[in-house]
Amino acid sequence: MRRRDLIRLAPGLGLLGCDSKKPKEGMLGRMERLNKHVESFLLSDKELEAGAITPAMAFPSYHVAAQTPMTPDGWKLIVSGAVKQPLALTLDDLMKLPSKTFRIEHHCVEGWSAIAEWTGVPLYEIAKLAGVQEVTPAGKSVQYVEFRSFDIPRGWTNRGYWSSWDRASAFHPQTLLAYGMNGKPLTPAYGAPLKVYSPVKLGYKNVKYLSEVNFLDTETGGYWENSGYEWFGGV
Amino acid sequence: MGKAKRPQPLLIRLTHWVNVPALAIMAMSGLQILRAYPFFGPQGAQYTWVPLQAWESPDWMRAGGWLGGARHLHFAVGWLLVINGLIYLGYLIYSREWRRRFFWPPRDAKPALAQFLYYIRVSKDEPPKNLYNSLQRSAYTAAVVLGVLEVLSGFAIWKPVQLHWLAVMFGGYDGARVVHFLALLALIGFLITHIIMVIVHYKQFPEMVTGGKPEHAAEPVPVPVPAAPVVAEPKPPEPPPEPVPPTEPYLEALSKDIIKKHEDK
Repeated sequence: MRRRDLIRLAPGLGLLGCDSKKPKEGMLGRMERLNKHVESFLLSDKELEAGAITPAMAFPSYHVAAQTPMTPDGWKLIVSGAVKQPLALTLDDLMKLPSKTFRIEHHCVEGWSAIAEWTGVPLYEIAKLAGVQEVTPAGKSVQYVEFRSFDIPRGWTNRGYWSSWDRASAFHPQTLLAYGMNGKPLTPAYGAPLKVYSPVKLGYKNVKYLSEVNFLDTETGGYWENSGYEWFGGV
Repeated sequence: MGKAKRPQPLLIRLTHWVNVPALAIMAMSGLQILRAYPFFGPQGAQYTWVPLQAWESPDWMRAGGWLGGARHLHFAVGWLLVINGLIYLGYLIYSREWRRRFFWPPRDAKPALAQFLYYIRVSKDEPPKNLYNSLQRSAYTAAVVLGVLEVLSGFAIWKPVQLHWLAVMFGGYDGARVVHFLALLALIGFLITHIIMVIVHYKQFPEMVTGGKPEHAAEPVPVPVPAAPVVAEPKPPEPPPEPVPPTEPYLEALSKDIIKKHEDK
């Protein structure tokens, strides 16, 4: 009974728009947009703390380039988009800004969790410094923040891994541009010299090897998001 | 309650059959999601006691193709299951159907044991039953409880930060994953038993489709049904219940009533 139902169900699901090969289209796409509203509704500004730090070797680390990306010479963080004052900040510049340290549980889309202590500049400090605008000169509201990296997959030329965020999550009090992990400088495996870190997003939204932060009026997807993971990716 | 009522009212049949594809898709996409990381416990502190870790579930058991596709299926059909469950539970409470369906220990505990002994052929007497026997009630109630557990632990895994309080109830994010998985195994156990029992009692199957013949008058199912003795040995009759002393307002009302009757005369 169950098997037979399922076999009948498979083409039926396709007709209903539940084709998991195209998760961004049809009913599945509509349900993702609905879930996005649920996720933004649930998002709050509360700050969290977690328990014991995961042993360094047990915290998995991923990148999309063939080899672990190394910091390019003369690296600077570019802050651009709908800002009064575009910025190019060195790591020293960033370390002089007000910082935050907290210990938090990390959630990977794959299902695992791990705990680390992160140190960095809250993104709202950078936003203040650059003078992020509420609306663009064209009158569109600045609702998105895009993070870009120098983690470049094989075959790609100038674009690397990236992810775009909703403004509310980006301005969460615990969304950091992190340069320290477990009391030490960030290592290349974990995204040196700078990575996005926030407890309110899944791992794939927390861009490592950061090179640019852009405040935008459009949602620009992301590396994994465009392949089919949820764009909001909140936890 | 005086209306003629079918053994399986329409809303119960409807929600039951919506569950079939919805639960199948949830279980299959869930197993696909699990495959991305088929272990339990935080990194560096695995819960080695959880069964079936590193399990390679066969292709036909999974849906969604890959982690991203399976997540989309799971988070879309999950809402269907939640809404269906709320309609079911809402109807059960509204129609008072829960009284003849849910396991209520003072009524059902002993007959359920007697039914079990009858099924395993230890006892020859089948305890009396109405719509369901007590063992059936315990199984169906357990399935509903497991469904609720699946939904709650599922929300805790989806939103371990924003619904932190919910995750804490399951011992955190990793605890919620364990509950979500063990409840699935238990539900599969229920399903196998359920299908075997449907095959054995195949004559009752059409009721779940047509609703069955309407029953007349009120259901003869008061909540406390005397428990059938497990052993054949006759028991001494129970002493009559101790009279409960009436409360003050009751006495007052009674005396007023008596006075009024006197006056009427």
